Amino acid sequence: MRVKPALLTMAHRLAILAYIAFALFPLFWLLKVAVTPNDLLYSEGIRLWPSRASLEHFDFVLRHSAFPVFFRNSLIVSGSTAVVVTILASLSGYALSRFRFRGKYWLVTLMLLTQMFPLVMLVAPIFKILSPLGLTNSLTGLVIVYTAFNVPFATFLMQSFFDGIPRDLEEAAMIDGATQFVAFRQIILPLTLPGIAATLGFVFTAAWSELLFSLMLISGNEQATFPVGLLSFVSKFSVDFGQMMAAGVLALIPACLFFLLIQRYLVQGLTAGAVKG
Amino acid sequence: MASIDIANIQKSYGVHPVLHDVDLNIRDGEFVVLVGPSGCGKSTLLRMIAGLESVTAGEIRIAGKRVNELAPKDRDIAMVFQSYALYPHMSVAKNMSYSLRLRKTPKERITAVVVGAAAKLGLEPLMERRPRALSGGQRQRVAMGRAIVRQPKAFLFDEPLSNLDARLREQMRAEIKKLHKDLGATSIYVTHDQIEAMTLADRIVAMNAGVVQQVGSPLDLYDRPANLFVAGFIGSPGMNFFEGTYHGGATPLFEIEGGVHIPLDAPAPLPEGAAATLGIRPEHVVLAGHGPQTLLATVDLVEPTGFGIILHLSLGRAGFKAFTNDRSFLTASGTIPVRFPTHQLHFFDGEGRRV
Amino acid sequence: MDYAVRPGLPAVRPPLMKRIADASAPYLYTAPALILIVTVMLVPLVLGVSYAFRDVQLLNPFSGAFIGLDHFRALSQDEAFFRSLRNTLWWTGASVLLQFAFGLVLALLLDKPFRGRAIAQALVFLPWAVPSFLAGLNWAWLFNPVVGPLPHWLYALGIMSQPANILSDPQLAMWGPIVANIWWGIPFFAITLLAALQAIPRDLYEAASIDGAGAFQRFLSITLPFLAPTIAITILLRTVWISNFADLIIVMTNGGPADRTQIVASYIFTQAFKRLDFGYASAVALVLLALLLAYSLLIVILRQWLLSKD
Repeated sequence: MRVKPALLTMAHRLAILAYIAFALFPLFWLLKVAVTPNDLLYSEGIRLWPSRASLEHFDFVLRHSAFPVFFRNSLIVSGSTAVVVTILASLSGYALSRFRFRGKYWLVTLMLLTQMFPLVMLVAPIFKILSPLGLTNSLTGLVIVYTAFNVPFATFLMQSFFDGIPRDLEEAAMIDGATQFVAFRQIILPLTLPGIAATLGFVFTAAWSELLFSLMLISGNEQATFPVGLLSFVSKFSVDFGQMMAAGVLALIPACLFFLLIQRYLVQGLTAGAVKG
Repeated sequence: MASIDIANIQKSYGVHPVLHDVDLNIRDGEFVVLVGPSGCGKSTLLRMIAGLESVTAGEIRIAGKRVNELAPKDRDIAMVFQSYALYPHMSVAKNMSYSLRLRKTPKERITAVVVGAAAKLGLEPLMERRPRALSGGQRQRVAMGRAIVRQPKAFLFDEPLSNLDARLREQMRAEIKKLHKDLGATSIYVTHDQIEAMTLADRIVAMNAGVVQQVGSPLDLYDRPANLFVAGFIGSPGMNFFEGTYHGGATPLFEIEGGVHIPLDAPAPLPEGAAATLGIRPEHVVLAGHGPQTLLATVDLVEPTGFGIILHLSLGRAGFKAFTNDRSFLTASGTIPVRFPTHQLHFFDGEGRRV
Repeated sequence: MDYAVRPGLPAVRPPLMKRIADASAPYLYTAPALILIVTVMLVPLVLGVSYAFRDVQLLNPFSGAFIGLDHFRALSQDEAFFRSLRNTLWWTGASVLLQFAFGLVLALLLDKPFRGRAIAQALVFLPWAVPSFLAGLNWAWLFNPVVGPLPHWLYALGIMSQPANILSDPQLAMWGPIVANIWWGIPFFAITLLAALQAIPRDLYEAASIDGAGAFQRFLSITLPFLAPTIAITILLRTVWISNFADLIIVMTNGGPADRTQIVASYIFTQAFKRLDFGYASAVALVLLALLLAYSLLIVILRQWLLSKD
């Protein structure tokens, strides 16, 4: 007995569509409430699209709330973290890929361990350490913490990209007259650009999403990152759904942009580094 | 250009020795080929000269100057890699000029040199292409171009032709030889292909298991191989070997397995009753004759190559090959008369050394 | 270490400066990352362990004294902690299993090329890029009968007797964060498994079809054995990760109602963040760490045992 191939294809496409619907529906709803004027929000309840859409919530959020500040803060923190992590991870990933040295085993073990233990353990001690240094309630403090948290994974990711570049190339450069560091900078790094882009994207997204440490370390509105600002807004004005969701849509933008950029490296890049062996 | 001296070089990785005491003097302008099976240490030796591997013991001198501690960039040598190692993100022109730009050579001079090298190699129409857009042979040429713009003290080649197909390999081989004639630069060339070694080299260095087996001109190695390894490695189809015992006296002969006697014209420099190996190249086996020197060999297989015919023959239980251009042997079968001219025979003692 | 050198021929030693420069290169490349990891992760970890045995309260300047095992004594009497432990098992088990099941199906659906695969892949992986706090808020809103459709749909289907918010129902509240977690975590499993699927040599499938294997048999005899190592590693790592993942719970329910959704990780955070009792939070964290270590050890032993059986 053979099932008709056309029927199978239909089932396959339907299943894919179901997944897409499940993946997109919450985001769609977020957008829908964000463009629903307040007077229609309750009267039109669960209609899939309001009879009249407006950008009034976005307008309010952008002009009369602190969200632009939160947005800017998050952008600064995530951007700086991404850049710093990528630089550090390029260096350490290159060392892991190209050098044999004593202590390499311990370095790798240490980095793997940091991926295993619960970071929530560190919330209290890190607060205690940063507080006397004036690094609580400071974007710099957040960047330092996020950088440390993301360096191990980024190192392994960059290492896998370096492993894909033949050693001959830097040997040729060294014979052509370059020091190892010049060969790294002029030959190897330009060839790792896709890897660098992917690492930037991963780290940016991770820093943009981080919640617990920013809640703990940031208290004032001036230094609040997006999650801190959004959560405090939610607990204070829990009925302004339209504005909350408009803010939520804003939080989604940079993460989605980065996601689209790195999307095509996801399957090859992530797993090359993460699931080796 | 310069001479290169390798004095008692040793190399080991941890406790594993890979090179034992290599001693070699390469004259200014000489083309030396390091040949041997993979894993014999030839590439390691080349990389040590380039400065890509550290020296465990001994000394390397370029133009009389000790370079053991010098970084590759300070040795003033150029190298062509098996993979070509072209920089994928640079155009052909940029690839060729990279070393000059690192040395801060004036722009006009860079242009002049690169254009000159491109003309010599026929690369002019490709200068703005990326390596990805080139064929294997073109990449090979760019790799050569990158080496010659430098006018270095020496050229190192690490199996540069082994990624090319047979026809292109032959063509590039000739081009390398021509280039060397033009430039007269000291060159060290690593290959596992004995034909490349024979055709290119002023001198061949045959290596095996980290030890230099013989150094000499190609015909030296072909005509007077120093030991069984060199005898077997150089030449294709390879030399035939018969293990057996030497008997001197009035009618000297060599008795091989199965009691077959190979008669000799003249006594061999071996003690009476010595166990030894007799070698003869397939093209030296004479496929005719009568009289006391003649033996009857069984034809096992006939392999026409177009250029000639390789006959697989046997004497008793010992198989051997003979090469001939005479097409009448295409239909050979049964037994045929063969003769081993004594002056074409090679004898190797129990340790495999030539006697 | 060096190969035995002939007498009278000293081993070559490069000058001191060069040897130092050569030997230090890898350390120079790794030093910045290493220093950061040690100061921002290792030192606080050690400090945190010490807090577990001290009375550390942020608002009490006289705290900080060594109190031995007092925190652990209090912990052994702490009903809320034991409930959070049970909740952690429930939260982790349900999340991992469902994420894996849906992720595997999605990976299989995406494995074969079809028109529009690239765009479909981008769309279904999109939740992975959504910040966790936003995923939590978004689902909290979906479950909220005031603006969300889910309670109304559940009511219309007859599953609920009235359109209420499951997040405030002690019996059902945990399903809220779990559903959000599944939505958010499917892409991770799908991406990992998809990469493993695409690493399976295609000619194996062809050989199997020529040998007469049907689609289901091919799945059992080729796909599953090839995926098994990836599945095992991913599930193990993900289990540890999800059991520590408190973001969704903190955003959606904050552990409530009546601690019904409190997991150990969110309990630690609440102790530190709300009560500012760093000592007690660290004691709970230490217990969590011990449990995770025990879990990892169990896995290692299990693996050894499985390997020795073969």
